[in-house]
Amino acid sequence: MEIKGVAEKLLAGYIVNISERCNDIIIEVDSRNILKCLTILKNNENIAFDFLVDVVGVDNSQYLLKKDKAKKGEEPAVEAPKAPALPRYEVVYLLLSLQHNKRLIVKARVSEDNMTIDTVTSLWKAANWPEREVYDMYGIKFNGHPDMRRLLMWDEFKDYPLRKDYPLEGKGEKRALIYE
Amino acid sequence: MIDLIIALIKVVGIWSFTLGVAAVMTWVERRGAALIQDRPGPNRAGLFGILQPVCDGIKLFTKENIVPEKADKVLFNLGPIMFAIPAFSAFAVIPFGDRIIIGGKEILLQISNIDIGFLYIVALGSLAVYGVIIGGWGSNNKYSILGGLRSTAQLISYEVPWGLALLGVVLVYGTFNLREIALAQQGTFLGILPNWGVFHQPLGFILFMVAAYAEANRVPFDLPEAESEIVSGYHTEYGSMKLGVYLFGEYVNITTLSALTVTFYFGSWHLPYINMASFLGDGTIIYGIASFLIFCLKVSFFLWLFVWVRWTVPRFRYDQVMKLGWKSLIPLALFNLFITTLFIQIKYYIGG
Amino acid sequence: MNNINLDEYIKVNIGPSHPAMHGTLRVIAWTDGETVMHCDPEIGYLHRGVEKLGESFTYHQFIPLTDRMNYCSAINSNVAYEAAVEKLMGVEIPLKAQLIRTIMCELARIADHQVCVGILGVDLGAFTPFFYLIIQREEIYEIFEWYNGARLTNTFGRIGGVENDLPADFDARWKELKPNLFKSIDETDKLLTHNRIWMDRTIGVSAFSPEDALNWGFTGPCLRACGVKRDLRKDEPYYQYANFKFDVPVGKNGDVFDRYMIRMQEMHESIKIIDQAYEMYKQLPPDAPLMAKVPKIIKPPVGEVYSSHETPNGELGFYIKSDGTDKPYRIKVRPPCYMIYQAFPELVQGEMIADLVACLSSLNVIAGELDR
Repeated sequence: MEIKGVAEKLLAGYIVNISERCNDIIIEVDSRNILKCLTILKNNENIAFDFLVDVVGVDNSQYLLKKDKAKKGEEPAVEAPKAPALPRYEVVYLLLSLQHNKRLIVKARVSEDNMTIDTVTSLWKAANWPEREVYDMYGIKFNGHPDMRRLLMWDEFKDYPLRKDYPLEGKGEKRALIYE
Repeated sequence: MIDLIIALIKVVGIWSFTLGVAAVMTWVERRGAALIQDRPGPNRAGLFGILQPVCDGIKLFTKENIVPEKADKVLFNLGPIMFAIPAFSAFAVIPFGDRIIIGGKEILLQISNIDIGFLYIVALGSLAVYGVIIGGWGSNNKYSILGGLRSTAQLISYEVPWGLALLGVVLVYGTFNLREIALAQQGTFLGILPNWGVFHQPLGFILFMVAAYAEANRVPFDLPEAESEIVSGYHTEYGSMKLGVYLFGEYVNITTLSALTVTFYFGSWHLPYINMASFLGDGTIIYGIASFLIFCLKVSFFLWLFVWVRWTVPRFRYDQVMKLGWKSLIPLALFNLFITTLFIQIKYYIGG
Repeated sequence: MNNINLDEYIKVNIGPSHPAMHGTLRVIAWTDGETVMHCDPEIGYLHRGVEKLGESFTYHQFIPLTDRMNYCSAINSNVAYEAAVEKLMGVEIPLKAQLIRTIMCELARIADHQVCVGILGVDLGAFTPFFYLIIQREEIYEIFEWYNGARLTNTFGRIGGVENDLPADFDARWKELKPNLFKSIDETDKLLTHNRIWMDRTIGVSAFSPEDALNWGFTGPCLRACGVKRDLRKDEPYYQYANFKFDVPVGKNGDVFDRYMIRMQEMHESIKIIDQAYEMYKQLPPDAPLMAKVPKIIKPPVGEVYSSHETPNGELGFYIKSDGTDKPYRIKVRPPCYMIYQAFPELVQGEMIADLVACLSSLNVIAGELDR
């Protein structure tokens, strides 16, 4: 069955971009429509993407800016991105259809001005921790998530470590032990 | 005066004997576990690692004695003592051999031949729970209190079938006196079997063994100190020799329970089919020693059984232990008691 | 779940250093006596920022980091990552490398299951089976050690193939190991499976329906225990798995007992797979290539890829985004037990503390993989 065609037909009007690479079909939709699109993909019998594999956050602020490896001793050339055409963050949903044994990648871009996106925990409970992790690492808030707390980092931690502007060595944060 | 000296020798002798057995048991347990689990076990200190208990003792004694800041100091210190005293005291009424007659003076191989020996044993068995609950409460730790709670519920529940099962033996032999029970097991039963408690009370013996394992907090009933669930249960906060006393008390308990099993169910110092008293001469020193050795041999088998079971079966869950105790063991024990009484009555009417 | 008033219950903190919390997990449980009314797993105690580090490492340098994720079966993590990069580059590795990877992965799977079953026994109070299994795991580690020098953190394979051929006396070693493996599994089976206490402790404990399991994103043995026949080796066969004959064991209730049984049976299946893979390997000429043609410095083309393998715990996936440089732009690991562990409150609600421990060990949550 041709997933790409069916999905294209189903999500007509929502799809921003569709591509295929290494047998992976990547559909990009608007972040406002993400819940609608995923509901369609999950509930349609023809494709039935009923299994959420993972939710991934990506910070695209330096994507394709670095042309090549920085030479030794030289800071990587990170110029301020010249008003990137695309929103900075992207949330990637990895879907699987157990019935048809097919995979699909759905993407939604989230801009820096409005760091929110709808949660999909109502569709899959599996989205619970991955969404919390995306929030923890990138600061993207998921509307309607039952338990939007930090997951891997501790609660007093201020930054979002997987953003590209967060230094690899950290900023010298120390965890203060708080006794109950 | 001479009586006092003899009593003192017996007390010190038995006390050091139980301590020694408990110490050796720690080694036997570890070597036994190693044997069962295909590994060498402690084999460096002394021959076959026999000095391991000594090293452990030195280690425990020289460790820092830590009392948690928020613990109840008095109860925390009282816990191990309350646990150890009943464990050691229970041995006082158990006969560990027949008698020696020196110069017309009869020396019983038993510290105290009291007529209510059975009641004494049951009473002391119930006291042991205080050490556990006091230690668990005094530690001011949630795991400890959980362990204490589990232990209390378990010990109190299993006290009942334990006592009821023993009561069957008491009914059969018609006495509370442990020495008389032991003496009564000489000879044969139904012509072919040794006249041992286990053949009079097979169901009672099984009930007693199950309850004994629960009383001793051993696998599969080691919930109060279930390591993987509540860390170490009631002795989580204990260290140094206080912990040592708890661990030692456990082995002394096992020794006592094994000795009780032998006394009540396995003919104490009697060999099957052989009347040693007539063979070696009643009251001679050699007979006294032989009876003591036979008793030790039987006890060591049951000690090994404790080790064997521990490394073979998994652990029960709390509610399953309670269910087993109240829904299976107690009704069975009552049934056993009923049948025993019935038989005794029938025998009474038939035999006159 | 949220309707109950938690203040009424005792709050018990279990972990991060607790004998039953493998690695550094932490569970805060609200208990009514012994019954767990609600619990809140806290993770992140072993969070080392593998994904952040990966963005500053080259593709090859990332392989040792995958060792440290599931340290019980590092080889599976290595291979899953290498396969993801190979998929990104569009490289097909040679047959010999595929077979060596298969053999090593299945050995690691047996080792992982042995640890899981052994630890489950230890947590339920049965110490002895753990030793029977761990002795044979030691023998498996000997094979690993003797393949590339490392025992636990193997850093097995390279992008595009494997580094070494199977050593010459693999045949003898495997012939010696195989009966011992069967023996240890059988001994464990005899000690545990039909033991009345073991059955009481495991059957019906933390049972999960297949719908819930799929909804929560379960994969691997925990999903199969619920009765869903899903194994990536069968459903999305990679390497030569399509040519091997092996069964996928499935459970019924999804309880602790089923998870245990699935793992026990999978060990047998893995042994079958190794036998077949080794037969196939023996047909190949000794000088068959071990590496595909890959450049020294890996620079995959721009794009993103998701690739997953069946590891002992379930589906281990790598989402890799490349910007054409020698370092990955973004690596996201999809650890199997991460998805399984998030359902933990639901799995143990209403069970007892002892069952909480049993459930946790049957899920085989590895903190290194969970927190990354």
